[in-house]
Amino acid sequence: MGEKPIKGEQKAFMTGNEAVAWAALAADAEIMYGYPITPQNEVMQYWTRLAPKYDKRFLQTEDELSAGFTTVGGVLAGRRAFTATAGPGNVLMQEPMSMAEAMRIPTVVVIQQRGGPSTATVIYSQQEVTLTCFGGNGEGLRIVYSTSSHQELFDYTIKAFNTAWKYRFPTFVLADGYQAKMRESLVLYDPQAKGIEMVPTESFVGKPGTPGEDRPPAHLRNTYNTEEELFDVLSKNIREFEENAPEITEYEEFNTDDADLLLIAHGIVFRSAAMAARELAGEGQKVGYFRPITLRPFPQEELRQAAAKAKQVMVVESAYGQLLKLVKENLYGMEVPIKTHLRPGVGITPEEIVADTKKILGEGE
Amino acid sequence: MEVLPKIPKSWNLESKPHKFCPGCGHGLVLKALGQVIDELGIQDRVVFGCDIGCSLLAWDFFNVDSVQTHHGRTTPVMVGIKRANPELIVVAYMGDGGGYAIGSQHLVNAATRDDKITVLLVNNTIYAMTGGQMAPTTMPGQKTETTPYGRDVGVAGYPMMGPEMVSAITQEGAYVARGSVARFRKLKQYIKNALQNQMDERGFSFVEALSTCPTNWRTNAEKTWAFLEEQMTDQYPPGEFKTPQGKEG
Ligand SMILES: Cc1ncc(C[n+]2csc(CCOP(=O)(O)OP(=O)(O)O)c2C)c(N)n1
Ligand code: SF4
Ligand SMILES: [Mg+2]
Repeated sequence: MGEKPIKGEQKAFMTGNEAVAWAALAADAEIMYGYPITPQNEVMQYWTRLAPKYDKRFLQTEDELSAGFTTVGGVLAGRRAFTATAGPGNVLMQEPMSMAEAMRIPTVVVIQQRGGPSTATVIYSQQEVTLTCFGGNGEGLRIVYSTSSHQELFDYTIKAFNTAWKYRFPTFVLADGYQAKMRESLVLYDPQAKGIEMVPTESFVGKPGTPGEDRPPAHLRNTYNTEEELFDVLSKNIREFEENAPEITEYEEFNTDDADLLLIAHGIVFRSAAMAARELAGEGQKVGYFRPITLRPFPQEELRQAAAKAKQVMVVESAYGQLLKLVKENLYGMEVPIKTHLRPGVGITPEEIVADTKKILGEGE
Repeated sequence: MEVLPKIPKSWNLESKPHKFCPGCGHGLVLKALGQVIDELGIQDRVVFGCDIGCSLLAWDFFNVDSVQTHHGRTTPVMVGIKRANPELIVVAYMGDGGGYAIGSQHLVNAATRDDKITVLLVNNTIYAMTGGQMAPTTMPGQKTETTPYGRDVGVAGYPMMGPEMVSAITQEGAYVARGSVARFRKLKQYIKNALQNQMDERGFSFVEALSTCPTNWRTNAEKTWAFLEEQMTDQYPPGEFKTPQGKEG
């Protein structure tokens, strides 16, 4: 192998897409497969510029079905392989990712959410939460990190490879067009310099030796003769997903003791929610926030504990109730009132949240 | 005369007798493939990918690493493996529905990109696994479950001529042939040429195998063979369409 792409730590000011490409390089990803779609294009564009210098490969495929299935192939060959997509590409990506999910193939996919179907907007939304968490004909046995900044895009893209290869579930980094296209400062680093060891990869096919003589052949399949046979496989996968969930889930919270209002938000909207909460807290209001970093698996216990101490919660998102659905499911049985601030397909400013919060808290008196 | 071993060494005996219906052509195509894998001595580096369709019944057919994928998606999975590890020899095994309908964009693009893979496609003029609906290769006038009065080409279009198309869109260095389970030795030679082409890193390789489906054709042995040997062979001329030297058949 040639030189390391990043030595030690390096300050940078760049777009989120560029940060993803650097993170994949830093994580020693070996091959990217992809199909152009805004707002993800520059991940491929930076990767193709940087990759040959570090002996990495790229294949531009004929569509996202192919991008997903070639990524599956790359992983089967034992490589750290990934793809990136958005919107309608994410829809097509669900067919290959359902194969990866059922066969426990550690693919990594970066999603830069855009609005609506087709080319509704190529700019921004948080409308791909349900699709990314539960798309495909399966049980949603995947890991979804929702990032909120360029630093996190870098951190979690590296982490996604390790999570995928450690637990063998398809892993998604879920961001959006704002994060993709904005420029922000961040620190790039060589994971090793930070004490992060990359989880080693392993070939699913083409291991040394002759199958049937020196070793059993790999017979990988998604075809079963009976319902019970499939049930056994699924039960094992579900058990492993649930057993590992506490280790995988990540969240962040602020001012959750005794909040009059607990804001719940993810991704870039969380940043607005956090600014709003801090501003209101500074004014002496009892406002906190809870942010799930992993949307799958969801930090259920932690949210329930925070919600138990709050008078009410408010879900804030750039979608019409996709995070809300997750929140309701995870708060099932609790009586805390749930308010909403839902703005499908558009960004949300701290000012809007502050105004809405004040209205709600005013009403309550 | 050379006496061939009855059962290829690369076959997985634990999954035999195989799961195809009596009189099915799939078993013959896979027998040819097994013998070729043995003769080329590549059992340790072949990856066999099978589609959804009756080809999926071959998921444990061989003692070679095998991946059963989704309907139409075997080509991109094999492309992904080959691009990630060019040392491996990959075979994408599929039906005419998988290759010419739902997965046609993958076939066309892998062929034009000159991916160094081998696609082995079984043409039985029908969607066999789903119970005998029309396939892209259903013959004009042929009755199927979705063309109960016979394929009307004015409504349902004409049969897909796969090797003809693939040879038109591939570069020099590609290998394209159509064989038939009725001409076993020829078919086997074509499969061998295709895999050799991949091993020599010359280019894309593609073999269509004319095959039988007595179950969905609802034919007895005699009629099965006659349909294959006469009607199908008329519509779909066997032979080599493209060889790396540029020689025709
Ligand atoms: C996405 C998708 N669509 C449809 C099907 C249903 N399906 C299974 S096999 C098949 C057709 C198989 O025909 P062919 O590819 O010719 O293979 P054969 O069974 O004839 O060997 C279809 C349509 C599926 N499994 N997946
Ligand atoms: S249905 Fe047809 S193609 Fe499928 S196994 Fe039976 S004979 Fe073969
Ligand atoms: Mg068929």
